[in-house]
Amino acid sequence: MCNLVPIALTVGANRIVPTISIPYPLGDPDTPPEEQWKLRYHRVGVALDALATDISEQTVFRVKV
Amino acid sequence: MKKGIHYVNQFFGQIDGEESADFEPVIREGLVGPATALNETLADVTITHTIICGDNYMGSNTEEALKRISDFLRDKDFDIFFAGPAFRAGRYGIACGNVCQMVQEQFNVPVVTSMNDENPGVEMFRQKMYILKGGKSAADMRKDIKAMAQLGQKLAKGEPIGSAQDEGYFGRGERHQTLLDPPIPAADRVVDMLLKKLNNQPFQTELPIPEADRVPIAPAVKDLSKATIAFVTSGGIVPADNPDRIQSASATKWGRYNISQYKDRLPAGEYKTIHAGYDPAAANEDPNRIFPLDALRAYEREGKFGKLHEYYYATVGTGTTQGEAARMGREISEYLHEANVDAVILVST
Repeated sequence: MCNLVPIALTVGANRIVPTISIPYPLGDPDTPPEEQWKLRYHRVGVALDALATDISEQTVFRVKV
Repeated sequence: MKKGIHYVNQFFGQIDGEESADFEPVIREGLVGPATALNETLADVTITHTIICGDNYMGSNTEEALKRISDFLRDKDFDIFFAGPAFRAGRYGIACGNVCQMVQEQFNVPVVTSMNDENPGVEMFRQKMYILKGGKSAADMRKDIKAMAQLGQKLAKGEPIGSAQDEGYFGRGERHQTLLDPPIPAADRVVDMLLKKLNNQPFQTELPIPEADRVPIAPAVKDLSKATIAFVTSGGIVPADNPDRIQSASATKWGRYNISQYKDRLPAGEYKTIHAGYDPAAANEDPNRIFPLDALRAYEREGKFGKLHEYYYATVGTGTTQGEAARMGREISEYLHEANVDAVILVST
């Protein structure tokens, strides 16, 4: 899970889930706590699903929140 | 006299260290930081402006930052564009690469930057531009600036550029014809090489194949509901007293911390980041923004996965060399194997 997806691709990470920034990958302090929770819960869920997904090449998984 | 413009980050732009990494792009008339030395070294080029942008701002808002820099340049007249040197600073290197690429594409002006071979920017951009082989740290500033001036001067004046080896830049994967002196036909050269190879003598290939360092794709976890998941981060989240004294930059150490007592979330105050490469305010206010223990515990309770491994693993990923990072990864994975961890979530900052 990372913000700089191009770096993750360059260094060879295979399952990549985007986060929202460098200092706060999973919760923007300028948003209400509920919104941060929603984002974090969603993206961690995407990461868990990614671990259970078979892939044949480097894959950036899609996030909706 | 040709004209050049120089891009530097917040640190070298003298904006004030890492706290200012979110500094938004500005253009200054004249010379700031390394632009002064560069300008002195250039015989036939004058640096007219310095552009400064924070590395984190560039990393998190790349499109917007590039658009603003492009707007700065729109009414400027310049023959060559310099960025860096970025040494081993990963985000700075990538910023230099992104800015140079934009300048090449939108202004059709040659660009020069400089990075150390451990900088991830090298692999990302070497095929697209001249990246000189630079030093590890700012101690090499003088040498790197001199190399940038030499190559930049040639580019600005449209002089022919020699091979990667002769000029000191990272090979771009391009091939050019050259005339050999003395002229030895290819068939003779290849047989010479073969004979040397058969006799175990050293020989120099004419077609180096870049080494690919790819990690094979791990198979999917078959049954998540029974899986043990571990958490690893390069974001520097550690117990507040940093018991293992992990370095805040260029880390060579990592830590392993038991989290089984935290059933809901990682408590602020007891955990914090020691990472010197980003503003720690958001992470210290709520470390779950980096280590999403609250979300992992929620999924664990729901039964989406079996259980969270009782330890998490942390180091700092700024200035950390790829070699050290690979070693730490191997060491951590020994513990993960021993604990029968099925899969890992890694958050980087």
